[in-house]
Amino acid sequence: MKNLIRYKSIELDRKVFYPISIVFILLSMCFYAFVTLEHEGHWLTGMNNQIVWGIPHVFAIFLIVAASGILNIASISSVFGVSIYKPLSRLSGLLAIGLLVGGLMVLVLDLGRPDRLIVAMTTFNFKSIFAWNIFLYTGFLFIVVIYLWMMFEGRYNKFVQQVGMFAYAWRIILTTGTGSIFGFLVAKEAYDSAILAPLFIAMSLLFGTAIFIQAIYYIKTTFDVNTEEIIFKRLKKLMLYFILAVFYFTILYHLTNLYATTHHDYEFFLLFEGNIYTYLFWIGQILIGTLLPLYLVSSKKFYNCWNTLLLSSLLVIIGGFVQLYVIIISGQAFPLDIFPGYIESSSFGDGEVAKYIPSIYEFMLGFGGIAIALAIFVLGILSLEFIPDSLDDERLQS
Amino acid sequence: MKKYEIKLDRRNFLKNSVSVGLVTIAPGVFLQEIAHGRSLDEPASDKIRWGMLIDTNQCTEDCDACVTACNEEHGIEDFGRPTTDTQWIRKLNLTNEFTGKKYSLPMMCQHCENPPCVDVCPTGASFKRADGIVLVNKHTCIGCRYCMMSCPYKARSFVHENLENQLPHAPRGKGCVESCNLCVHKIDNGENNTACAEACVKDGHQAILFGDLNDPKSEISKQLSEFGAKEIRSDLGLNTAVRYRGI
Repeated sequence: MKNLIRYKSIELDRKVFYPISIVFILLSMCFYAFVTLEHEGHWLTGMNNQIVWGIPHVFAIFLIVAASGILNIASISSVFGVSIYKPLSRLSGLLAIGLLVGGLMVLVLDLGRPDRLIVAMTTFNFKSIFAWNIFLYTGFLFIVVIYLWMMFEGRYNKFVQQVGMFAYAWRIILTTGTGSIFGFLVAKEAYDSAILAPLFIAMSLLFGTAIFIQAIYYIKTTFDVNTEEIIFKRLKKLMLYFILAVFYFTILYHLTNLYATTHHDYEFFLLFEGNIYTYLFWIGQILIGTLLPLYLVSSKKFYNCWNTLLLSSLLVIIGGFVQLYVIIISGQAFPLDIFPGYIESSSFGDGEVAKYIPSIYEFMLGFGGIAIALAIFVLGILSLEFIPDSLDDERLQS
Repeated sequence: MKKYEIKLDRRNFLKNSVSVGLVTIAPGVFLQEIAHGRSLDEPASDKIRWGMLIDTNQCTEDCDACVTACNEEHGIEDFGRPTTDTQWIRKLNLTNEFTGKKYSLPMMCQHCENPPCVDVCPTGASFKRADGIVLVNKHTCIGCRYCMMSCPYKARSFVHENLENQLPHAPRGKGCVESCNLCVHKIDNGENNTACAEACVKDGHQAILFGDLNDPKSEISKQLSEFGAKEIRSDLGLNTAVRYRGI
């Protein structure tokens, strides 16, 4: 059958005015926050010697994890041979690059010495999972660029499957590496668990799909890309599977901790103590980020309703941020048990739950990462043919 | 003009050579012996492992002489922001949940043989010297704080503030992570003691004993073999160089 897929690039007109102005505003704010923190020091943030990673890391890890997951759309087409996703592969690659660069930028701007980025890129301790991740992230960017090249260049289309396979394996390792940043921390009760790696893989698939749905809706409404039943149903199904996968690993993670006596205190602190993390976990992560979207995508009431899918993906994104906040912040806030069997106190917060009130500067850095992702997306669709001219059922099945 | 004849037979030549040699070498040998220091070109020796023995029975809750001495020795300022202020050593007060007995002790970098901070540091800025001292290379620390996430003793601090008038032997700076360095400058000077241990003795407590764990004749080794001591979080298998007695 003849391949009917056509792609288009976007003209620089009023339609892209909004995203460009958002990018400009957010990046200016990010730059201001970066310069201020560089000049004054990190005491201006809510982070301290107990909560050493804060809101910037929540944003950065969300974006990095979502970057890996959003490439799944391309993987389904080139690795698993589901040709319906083929018209979306280019967009999936572009968004993957944008999200990853955005996430990395936040990480770098939050460093105590961002001026030493060149040191981080040239001096490695290969026992560090962080050092592996530097290779995994830069390698991912390189592979996705090659992947996109193979997709764009007609002569090289035949290599898409091989490169796609490689990219697929790479991103599984990448997300394993990101999860292991926490999984390998033996000292903290909330971490030190191999389950964090598959949990992060499931999270990446879910967050990536949710952001992709938002992007599809944006191009559908802004650039008149016709979408019909097939693509809608497929994306909805993907959401359903990935929500269930994240839910499964979340339950498994907490059950494991509840079974091990040594982790009871942390689990009680998180799940039942009634602190900010308890509410964030039950209301933000479980209710808003899991149960509500699960209901929306599985209920027959909302059959074939784009707005419902859009809402559920938005809830997943909010829930995802909350989930990462809970993992990253609560794990640090819970006091280290340096002397098991003793009540501890000191001038350095021993034995106390560490307080963390994020500052505006941290949010400014984080939104800067989103702005970079958006900027790369807009630049991409303006300069190259990333957007399919139509996603109607006839073309998808061709 | 009078002529001097030099009678240089074999016996005189050897005698003179040995005398000149001794005069040349002796001060170096003896001064080295007195100072115990290394020249700056000489690497730290792995035959030594510096460590500390903390006797909690000698440590009192109301005394923080070790903390004050450490801050003075390394120019650690108080910015009045307790959550972000640097602490290389802190006093930890403990109450046994079962017996109710109270303890007070100093907590600092435990200078692990297998330090998690060194494992996780992406640039290798956290490193362990041959003589067991765990240090941060201030030239390659990027301030990512992963070492702080990994430390089971919360021994590290991130410099959140602009610093001024740093001491020449304590090169500290905003944006880097730091922790107790066992007064490495004093060790390299041949003083072989730490500011906290000296202050503790001066205050009449003698709760901190510093020395070479590898030397069986050192006071610390003798006390360790006679009374034994505890490794904090020994379950993690880090083999710390700081050991605690009486707890």
